Amino acid sequence: MARLVPATPGVVPDGLPEKSARFIYRLLWGFAHIFSILALAAAWETLARSGTFTPFQLPALSAVLERIWSDAIYGDLWINTALTLYRALVAFAICAVLGVLIGMAMSRNVIANWFFDPIVSVGFPMPKIAFLPVVILWLGVYDVSKITIIVIDAIFPVIAATVIAIQGVERELIWSARNMGAKNRELLYQIILPAASPQIMTGLQVALPLSLIVAVVAEMLMGGYGLGGAMITASRFANSTSVFAGILEIAVVGYVLVKVMSLIRRRLLIWHQEANAPSTA
Amino acid sequence: MKPFLIRYLPLLLLAIAWEVVARLELVSTTALPPLSDVVYAGIAMIKDGELINNGASSLYRAGAGLGLSILIGGTVGIAMAWWKPVNVVAAPLVEIFYPLPKSALIPVTVIWLGFGDGSKILLIFLGCMLPVTIGAFNGARSSEQALVWSARSMGASRLRMLWDVVVPSAMPELLNGIRTALALSFILLVSSELIVAQKGFGHLIGSLGANGSYDAMYAVVLTVAFLGFAADRLYLLITKRTLAWRD
Repeated sequence: MARLVPATPGVVPDGLPEKSARFIYRLLWGFAHIFSILALAAAWETLARSGTFTPFQLPALSAVLERIWSDAIYGDLWINTALTLYRALVAFAICAVLGVLIGMAMSRNVIANWFFDPIVSVGFPMPKIAFLPVVILWLGVYDVSKITIIVIDAIFPVIAATVIAIQGVERELIWSARNMGAKNRELLYQIILPAASPQIMTGLQVALPLSLIVAVVAEMLMGGYGLGGAMITASRFANSTSVFAGILEIAVVGYVLVKVMSLIRRRLLIWHQEANAPSTA
Repeated sequence: MKPFLIRYLPLLLLAIAWEVVARLELVSTTALPPLSDVVYAGIAMIKDGELINNGASSLYRAGAGLGLSILIGGTVGIAMAWWKPVNVVAAPLVEIFYPLPKSALIPVTVIWLGFGDGSKILLIFLGCMLPVTIGAFNGARSSEQALVWSARSMGASRLRMLWDVVVPSAMPELLNGIRTALALSFILLVSSELIVAQKGFGHLIGSLGANGSYDAMYAVVLTVAFLGFAADRLYLLITKRTLAWRD
């Protein structure tokens, strides 16, 4: 509506200075934003070169970047990243589908709720990673066991978020839909799920980084290919440059996943009022 | 008592199903020893002190790491909300490190501090600090401007305002962040001990599994899982009491 009001002359005498001031401000802000990251990188490099630490304790950033570059040329980087991503994302997809289904069942069916409620409320705060040796015992050391332990860990936030989201749907929405003759099925797909979707998305946004954390731990424990496996092999051979390279690689993968997820959230929830609200993510 | 029993009946049913399936040997008993055997193995390990000793060193690591992260993470978060320059420097770092899967730091903490307590405490501290920082930051940032103004008009000094207005209003979100950190501390503790350790729950699970004493391994796994659950419930109980002034 504000656009329809004619601009009052005199408030902004000339568009140009204000525009360029804003540009400079944004430039400065952007610089401040990357300044501390650059400072950290510079501090790392000088600290490593100063000889305070041995190259084993802290290899220079440049050496680590070189290692990543050579890993990329030889192709190891892509294989390991692809395998880790494959495990984490397949497990995440299972969590998303199964978690939302269980959550929906719990909020619509008394028996499902009776059965799953204590399991979720006891299982959610448990450190489920402790079951990793049990899962290995049952399913071996290949992808199936890795994906299983990730699902066990990451499904709880999705179930909990779905249950809370569906409980929180405004009664008025449901009443009016009923009043207009919506059947149960329509009510679920057209009213309840869309209205609950922001909170379900939040649950998924918790589950995704969790999947990656558990994927890395599982790979570290079982060895083999994958970013975590490569890191633990490197640390067994006291190859600390590769260990630090692994951290940077995993950090980039994690950062990209989180960013993509919040982008998807904005896209999917563009109809929701939260899309207009300023976000911190 | 009765609603409690009905509520947790499914867990009891699962336990009975476990016992029956294992006793009838529907699955191999190495993969799933009967629950009663697991309980006996657990009691035996409590008696000879194995479980208690390893458990004490695990809890010490988790407690020290979590304590440090609450102290430092909380301070950094409130400072970020209160002083603009701190925010300018720290916010990009928080944003970069927050999505880093903290388990990736396990080998590095070992390179720095070796196989003992130090590396686990460092890992738990680093992993748990950011959720606390973000909780404190969000809480302190959203402290009501009207409260800050009235404190100032009543002549409170900046430090006094920080302590009397900003910190209490940051409390709910800060406590929420600490709850996330509590769960994370158990995850990091167990995974780092499973991968490299000489004592602790994770080490015990790994060595018992390698020896083939699966009933004892199950006992330790269930103990850790229960401790994580109990810690969370205890924390909720304490915070509910702490935040009683809000309603």
